[in-house]
Amino acid sequence: MALKRKIAYINLSNGEIETASIPLEMRKLYLGGRGMDMYLLYNHTKQGIDPLGPDNVLLVSAGVLGATLASASSRTHVAAKSPLTGFVGSTNMGGFFAPELRWAGFDHLVIKGKAKKPVYLWINDGEIEIRDASNVWGQGVFDTQESIRQELGDEEVKVMCCGPAGENLVRFANVMTGLKDAGGRTGMGAVMGSKNLKAIAARGTMDIEIKHPEQALAYDEQIVNKVNRTKFTQIMQKWGTMFIYGVTNSTGLVRCQNFQLNQLVGGDIECEYIEDVSFGTEGCFGCVIHCRHKYIIKEGPYAGTYAQGPEYTSQGAFGMEVGCNNFNTVLVGNHLVNTYGMDTLETGSMIAWAMELYEKGILTDKDTDGLRLEWGNDEAVLEMVRRIAERKGLGDILAEGPLRAAKKIGKDSLKYNIHVKGMSNLHSDERPTPALALGIATSSRGSDHLRSRPAIDLYHLPEPVLRKIYGNPTPYDGPLTSDYTDYEGKPRQVQWQEMVYEAVDCLGICKYHTIFLSPNLLSFDEFSELLYYNTGLEMSPQEIWEVADRAYTLERLFNIREGLTREHDWLVDRYFDEPTPVGLPVVRGKTIDREKFKKMIDEYYELHGWDENGLPRPETLEKLGLDKEPSHKL
Amino acid sequence: MQKILIVDAEKCTGCRACEMVCSVKHEGVSNPSRSRIHAIKWEAEGFVLPMICQQCESPPCMAVCPKDAISRDEELDRVMVDYDLCIGCKMCVAACPFGGMGIDTVARRVIKCDLCDGDPTCVRFCQPTALQYLPLNTANLRKKRSAGLKFAELMTRFA
Repeated sequence: MALKRKIAYINLSNGEIETASIPLEMRKLYLGGRGMDMYLLYNHTKQGIDPLGPDNVLLVSAGVLGATLASASSRTHVAAKSPLTGFVGSTNMGGFFAPELRWAGFDHLVIKGKAKKPVYLWINDGEIEIRDASNVWGQGVFDTQESIRQELGDEEVKVMCCGPAGENLVRFANVMTGLKDAGGRTGMGAVMGSKNLKAIAARGTMDIEIKHPEQALAYDEQIVNKVNRTKFTQIMQKWGTMFIYGVTNSTGLVRCQNFQLNQLVGGDIECEYIEDVSFGTEGCFGCVIHCRHKYIIKEGPYAGTYAQGPEYTSQGAFGMEVGCNNFNTVLVGNHLVNTYGMDTLETGSMIAWAMELYEKGILTDKDTDGLRLEWGNDEAVLEMVRRIAERKGLGDILAEGPLRAAKKIGKDSLKYNIHVKGMSNLHSDERPTPALALGIATSSRGSDHLRSRPAIDLYHLPEPVLRKIYGNPTPYDGPLTSDYTDYEGKPRQVQWQEMVYEAVDCLGICKYHTIFLSPNLLSFDEFSELLYYNTGLEMSPQEIWEVADRAYTLERLFNIREGLTREHDWLVDRYFDEPTPVGLPVVRGKTIDREKFKKMIDEYYELHGWDENGLPRPETLEKLGLDKEPSHKL
Repeated sequence: MQKILIVDAEKCTGCRACEMVCSVKHEGVSNPSRSRIHAIKWEAEGFVLPMICQQCESPPCMAVCPKDAISRDEELDRVMVDYDLCIGCKMCVAACPFGGMGIDTVARRVIKCDLCDGDPTCVRFCQPTALQYLPLNTANLRKKRSAGLKFAELMTRFA
């Protein structure tokens, strides 16, 4: 059965490995993937541990629908206490690792301790071995994977690893697989590096039983056709996520020059430029959207290099945020962060922040070792990427993330940084969009667009359509507004999206197949059917919502245990004090209104069943069965 | 109607959905090692090629079989294994130049593509249309068309 996959507990300090079954009872409470990982994180860590110390636990998982007939059932989830924020560390990546982990017999890995020297895990058809990784320590992300495949003598082995950035404990280092499948945000790569765990290799030939194969095939075919037919999919198939830039930049919804502008004026880094360098597109496991381009860099010192992507976030990191207007810089920057294994969002945001500090004289040529961190200086940006990954000079400071770097730089550097809970925001400018602003302020892992972004808020959908989406599967009678500059009704949208993304991350499928960028795609009704046909688990849409609610509330509890208060669910002053200077009239002159924002937070807490300080009320905990955590059932 | 399952490698995005749906259709499980089709990848070069049984006219697998368990089904233009006769010697696996004959270690028998009795499941699920099921005698026309388009574009410039 898909539900017969095991959990493995691996102690890197003493080499002990234990495996166990995952009780059905736990599946009904958390399903798998991120939900289960949040449970494991809460139960297996103690308050106040050092995220880069041996007591942190690294969790790696496939979703409960991984490698089954659920279209893009490809996702790997990784969690730990974050070395960047000190709160929930959680990341999700596509590619082919999670399916291989499942075929190898495992759904969850719980990795504790620290190895004495660099090691990698080798997971092969039910067996787990700890192997020496000194030959691959120091290698770039893709080279690591090829080297391990060669060492094991099997081209089909799939590997997830940290890059040199993770080895160097850059606090926003990624876990990676393939050329570009990145588990970014919150620094899970640094946790791997801190444990001397270079990689996890998997290879499996074990059956994953599909409970109702004929129905699963028929239903998945419907899903695949449905996804394939939406306009959004067709655009993604051609351009990847870079198509978003065309709309958001011309409107004025992107951060430029850190936070000084909300548009790259005269921007010339359109997605169409990918056609000059691309030789095709590729997809993750089972996916029809195949949204990443395969390209060869044509200009400059990296000419001839094959890389994949880039994503919209790299257009931001190496374009708008740093005031660069050169598509080749985006292509190269993307390749560099994917080779070093570093978060493209955080890297771009930290460099942009450093550039504003340089402009204001808070950082000088002495601090930058002569590097001119001026807006639009492509070479300086790319050089800074290297210095951060290798922790050289100013790079060593920026590698510490917003709060620690600001402390080291001193003066009033922090007030220029755009972060929430110590994690940088991506390149979107939320001043005109209260719903999106609420999302990044309340996200459990810090400033983040993938916990709860109601991206469809940007489509001005009519109220009846919004009601159909946001009134199911749990009832909602409050207001819903179509205008993205509005404050009314947005807390429900944010809460609802939190639930749907949590559910998707428990199932292990790709968010692009859900109500994320398109209002016509999968939601709780479809999750329920996919779950039944593939695993036999009978859960109604409401029950799946409840799983998501339980897991998300547990994330909140973890954060509170680590010191989270209401004050953390807020935005930096610049959102409230500096109006957007450019863009279309609808987004110009916008700030977030403090009073209205406060009311949105209050309403958001109420919807969750939390008190005015953001603490889950006792009756909420009881309802979700969380009043007895930590429970250690698993 | 005789049709061929033809691969257009350029279109393949490497998603491997074909591998999964094949093993589910035939064995009720998701397990690429029990699939009849595989998307073989050269990751460093960004190249992927779906590989299956070519349903040969003069199959080497049929030629080496000591029990005449392999035969051609002319109606669907496919090569079939009769499991009542097969002794599992696996000579066919060695003989096939394409790796088209696989070994299923769960069912304990050799496996190959049977075109799903005329409605290949992998073709249904291949969104990029890298896998197509076309009449044998006109199967190459689509490729002529898409290759010809490149010349057509060039020629219109000089018209």
